[in-house]
Amino acid sequence: MKTKNKNLFSPSLWSDKDIAIKISKEIKNKAEMFFKKTGKKPSMMEVCGTHTMAIARSGIRQLIGDYVNLISGPGCPVCVTSQGDIDRIIEFSKFNDVIIATFGDMMKVKGSEGYDLNDIRIKGGDVRIVYSPMDCLELARENRGKNIVFVGVGFETTAPTIAAAVKKAYEDKINNFFVAPLFKLVPPALRFLLDSKISKIDGFILPGHVSVIIGSKAYDFLKEEYKIPSVIAGFEPLDILRAADMILSYLIEGKEVFGVEYERAVKSEGNRVALDIMNEVFKVSDAYWRAIGVIKKSGYSFSDKFEKFDAFKKYGISYREKAEPKGCLCGRILLGLSKPSDCPLFGKKCVPEDAIGPCMVSSEGACAAWYKYGVKK
Amino acid sequence: MDRISLAYGSGGKQTAELVKKIFLKNLYSEELSKLEDSAIIKNKNLKVAFTTDSYVVDPIFFPGGDIGRLCVCGTVNDISVSGAKIEAISLGFIIEEGLDISVLLKIVNSIKKTAKEAGVRIVTGDTKVVEKGKADKIFINTSGIGFFDSELNFSYSNVKKDDIIIINGEVGSHGIAVLNSRNKLGISGDIKSDVAPLNGLIDLIKRIPGIKCIKDVTRGGLITALNEISESCGFGAEIEEEKVPVADSVKSACEMLGIDPFYAANEGKIVVIASKKSAEKILVEMRKHKYGKKSAIIGRFNEDKHVSVKTLIGTVRIAQSMSGEQMPRIC
Repeated sequence: MKTKNKNLFSPSLWSDKDIAIKISKEIKNKAEMFFKKTGKKPSMMEVCGTHTMAIARSGIRQLIGDYVNLISGPGCPVCVTSQGDIDRIIEFSKFNDVIIATFGDMMKVKGSEGYDLNDIRIKGGDVRIVYSPMDCLELARENRGKNIVFVGVGFETTAPTIAAAVKKAYEDKINNFFVAPLFKLVPPALRFLLDSKISKIDGFILPGHVSVIIGSKAYDFLKEEYKIPSVIAGFEPLDILRAADMILSYLIEGKEVFGVEYERAVKSEGNRVALDIMNEVFKVSDAYWRAIGVIKKSGYSFSDKFEKFDAFKKYGISYREKAEPKGCLCGRILLGLSKPSDCPLFGKKCVPEDAIGPCMVSSEGACAAWYKYGVKK
Repeated sequence: MDRISLAYGSGGKQTAELVKKIFLKNLYSEELSKLEDSAIIKNKNLKVAFTTDSYVVDPIFFPGGDIGRLCVCGTVNDISVSGAKIEAISLGFIIEEGLDISVLLKIVNSIKKTAKEAGVRIVTGDTKVVEKGKADKIFINTSGIGFFDSELNFSYSNVKKDDIIIINGEVGSHGIAVLNSRNKLGISGDIKSDVAPLNGLIDLIKRIPGIKCIKDVTRGGLITALNEISESCGFGAEIEEEKVPVADSVKSACEMLGIDPFYAANEGKIVVIASKKSAEKILVEMRKHKYGKKSAIIGRFNEDKHVSVKTLIGTVRIAQSMSGEQMPRIC
């Protein structure tokens, strides 16, 4: 069994050229049938930023982009962090006893005053890039006189590792480690998109990694309440093509609406250990999303037991709504209403080296993916 | 560009901008303006390759190497890719107060061993010690000098369309090995830096007619190196993803970190750009050398204006130079 599993996880298995062409032909046929039936090109939203990057990197649009609209959704954690929350993070730099610890992607997202964490560091502020939240505990031990504030940005994939770090700090009685809880949850965002009817989506390509954690049953509402074709997909080229093909089958046949393409990793009930630790450390709360505003019960804050780890509460930093950067289409892009190439700033005034909006900064942002891999339309 | 950020030292787009706008603009010389791995200085009958480099790697000991081996290899390789034979190296040490002598000795022994392997002498040096906290353990600056023992004129500007791109083995291991040991990422699998002196390998092939240029593939990785050649010669290039050797362990680590292995740093890799006619012959020779066993033809130059990658599923994506620091994904 072990060898079999290994083979299933081998990337080369999921990027076979001949199979890719075969599935693409299937997709073309089915998309044409869909067009005959409805008079429109089917639109699919990939909800996850890692999918956005994988689609750009593998050039899948060249194979199926003429028949299927592939739309990026609100799945890049840095990008969906609201401007008000970005400003709240930057505000921590004003406290002399704070070391800000963050994943690298957050460094170059500009606050509404026009500067970012990278600028703060250049000017002598103490901002550290960490690769794992556990690194913060070491930082905390080494810097007893300072408070470590970790920027807790991420979806259900990142939240468990941060919860584990918080729990460890609790057990080890580390009292100079704090987290700014800005976590977001995927299912409530999908519900928002469907309820608001702002994006015209015929199907969802659902995130693989998030689903490993939350399990496929977390999307039961898509099937039962909204009946929108949705497939959980892995990140290799064939995974994405297979998912698109499954969605088209659902659209044409109208029998099933939900499937798991990423069967080799996703279980119905998800990852119990991860879910348990998140439930212990966090509680579901409202969250601010860029270009959307508040979505009810779409994020995590700390549970009562772990409340003392909340960096915003510790420093009394409250939320204020801030305007989007001028001329930036990130908000529309996150909702699937615009493509990066629609933005007049894209690739001109807004480039990865000097980005205006977060979608060009994050390694998972739609604009960064399109720019890096030269996607045109 | 108000202040220097870390991205200006990453070897990607911002470094190029800094070099052009600040250094080249103010310190122009014909040799400097070529922006190749070493400068070729001519004086009557004398033709010399000259280079300099600084080493600030953290940690100073990493899987597969250390700052000592690194500084010799980097300098040897910068000279060797020009076609010159490395003759001598200088070493300038900037040491932080408090460094353990045993650590310094370990580095010096590594330098000795690597210099012996490369057949190069250390001929001059300098030592400075700075107060604790003003440097991080040890920084090393080197220069290297080489002479031409044959009539070779390798230059990026020689490259034309249809020229073939050969690499001498698996890419990306140095960057991942250092990142892994610095940040204790706990990546399993045996990822070691590829740091190696490549003068022996280059010596084996450099007289084969048809070589247009050889380039050290270091920071910014394979894609950035090809972009630099492309910018200088005015032709584009296309490489085939399935033909570029990447170790499985590096591949999965990159996937976990959200890093593209084609942008990850190397310290024992070169690309050889050669005419179609001679490419196979060069490849056969390269594979005979211990640092070229996994050599492969990975693509060719073309009439485009950019570097692109033919993906595993047969589509084509444009590949820009690296921008900013390499950052891992967060979801």
